[in-house]
Amino acid sequence: MTNGSPLIRLVHVTREFKTPAGVIKAVDDVSLDLDRGEAICLVGESGCGKTTTGRLLAGLLRPTSGELLFEGNDVWRSRGADQVRFRRAVQLVHQDPYASLNPVRTVEQVLAAPLRHHRKAQTAKQARAAARSLLQRVGLTPPDDFLHKFPHQLSGGQRQRVSIARALTVDPRVIVADEAVSMVDVSIRITLLDLLLGLRDEFGVSIVLITHDLAVARYFGRAGRIAVMYLGRVVELSATQELIDDPAHPYATALIGAIPEADPDLTRSKQRLPLKSADVPSLLRLPPGCSFHPRCPRAEAGLCDVLVPALTPIGGTRSVACHVAVRERTALAAATGPFRFDLPWVDIDKSEGSAG
Amino acid sequence: MIETLRLLSRRPVALIGLGGVIFFVLLAYVAPLVVSLQDAPDVTSVYLSPSLAHPLGTDYQGRDVLNQIVHGGADILTVAFLAAFISTAIAVTFGSLSATLGGRFDAATLGLTDIVLTIPQLIVLIVVAAIVHPSSFLVMAVILALLQWASLLRQVRAQVLSLKERDYVEAARSLDLGIFHIIFREMLPNMTSYIVIHFILAMTQAIYAQVGLIILGLVPLSGENWAIMLYFARDQGALYFRDSLWYILSPILAIVLFQLSLVSLASGLEDIFNPRLRAA
Repeated sequence: MTNGSPLIRLVHVTREFKTPAGVIKAVDDVSLDLDRGEAICLVGESGCGKTTTGRLLAGLLRPTSGELLFEGNDVWRSRGADQVRFRRAVQLVHQDPYASLNPVRTVEQVLAAPLRHHRKAQTAKQARAAARSLLQRVGLTPPDDFLHKFPHQLSGGQRQRVSIARALTVDPRVIVADEAVSMVDVSIRITLLDLLLGLRDEFGVSIVLITHDLAVARYFGRAGRIAVMYLGRVVELSATQELIDDPAHPYATALIGAIPEADPDLTRSKQRLPLKSADVPSLLRLPPGCSFHPRCPRAEAGLCDVLVPALTPIGGTRSVACHVAVRERTALAAATGPFRFDLPWVDIDKSEGSAG
Repeated sequence: MIETLRLLSRRPVALIGLGGVIFFVLLAYVAPLVVSLQDAPDVTSVYLSPSLAHPLGTDYQGRDVLNQIVHGGADILTVAFLAAFISTAIAVTFGSLSATLGGRFDAATLGLTDIVLTIPQLIVLIVVAAIVHPSSFLVMAVILALLQWASLLRQVRAQVLSLKERDYVEAARSLDLGIFHIIFREMLPNMTSYIVIHFILAMTQAIYAQVGLIILGLVPLSGENWAIMLYFARDQGALYFRDSLWYILSPILAIVLFQLSLVSLASGLEDIFNPRLRAA
């Protein structure tokens, strides 16, 4: 959105999974742009489709419908060299540091294989030197202590660093970090997040951090954006600070209200949005209309339970998928500024006053 | 290699097993080059007790028993090795294909596997041997192999099914390392212990099976081997002579000790192939 065309775009991407109980829409009509060097966080509860979105972005899953564009080319329609280039351009750092490294391969083997395979190192000696500098870059020093280690000899945080180093072997443009810090000790999270941000600054790598933890997202996304997901849809997409300060979507409001604060006064005075229900509906039986309406304290009968809200820009960098929030914000914008949006469902006035 | 020996040395049983296997391989393949076969009957020295000239005594025709032991190992070991090799190759190839391709191929392979696992093997073996009359190493090995692949195939299939979903395999796909890297560098090393241990146990099974067939007289008797020695020992009534003890016991001991060596070796291999079990 800032300069030039986005590096990667998801355009109305839907991904369904067949299960014995029926077809599940894990990701439903998600559109997302990712610029060069951008840091974006996908946030949501488990089962909201954030991991699937990450895997779609990495090209590991084929969308059921919609397009994945990399530098403007449709990845799933491109062949040969283009597809190879894309595959390497997006690397995934997995959630579970205990499963993401092959137990029978040493750190050196893990790093040398892609270096040798892609001719970034001609000889074993060069590969080792390159592996050393990668280890140094991800903060595993001195590197010679780690080259011959097997994964089981490393701690969770160290393994995540090796995973990140492995991703860096192919000079990626995007790193999708799927809950990459969730399974390491809290004390190590910040350093890992800083490492990822450092890579962004140094190499201009775009980073997609997938997390269920808004506190992590708040820290990581300082300079970027947050996409809040709920049951397969992006419900709010906004610059991090704006989202934290002034969430538009009721779900985002509830999530942010739930971040614990270190300051007890702040925690007590925090505005919280009481949800009608704590249960997330099953993906197999999604509610009609806005899938959040059964839990939403601001849902309006006849509107929210009928029409699916589209992700609509509400000024600045922000978009939200909520009838009520869009109406309020655009009304506000119309009153204070020159912005006026034509809304897809047109008649706002009719539904006014029928709050349920 | 040195690392492997060091790991084995922590498991004395496995080390003894390795020593036994090496001993029998040398006995079966190298010793016959040094000691020539003496198969001329000598009626003056039937069933002699062990002595310096005949360390394990002599047989019903007065031939040296040790000489027959030395010359009778190669056949048995070769057939066992070939049978284990063929069955392992079948199991690994079709097990991984079955897991990767899925669908009808998987269903058909599994159906066939279950049939082979269910039918009583010895009986099939006897029937097949009676029909085919395996006279060469290879035919014998193939028949034995065709009855042995099933259990490993199921293990390999299960392993591949599980391994191909692992994060590190996904990472390898994402790094675009190619299918050969994924199979041979990421997945197979995780299965080596299964495969090698199956290989060794398949050898022991193949030895028992062929010895059984020979003793039952279902295989054309030709040349020298431990099982043929047993066949003649029984056939010529060596059981009823007091001095023929070593004639009967020698091939039995050779077979049993070799089997024991194989099994002991297999017991120590898990350590070698699983880095998590190796202490630093």
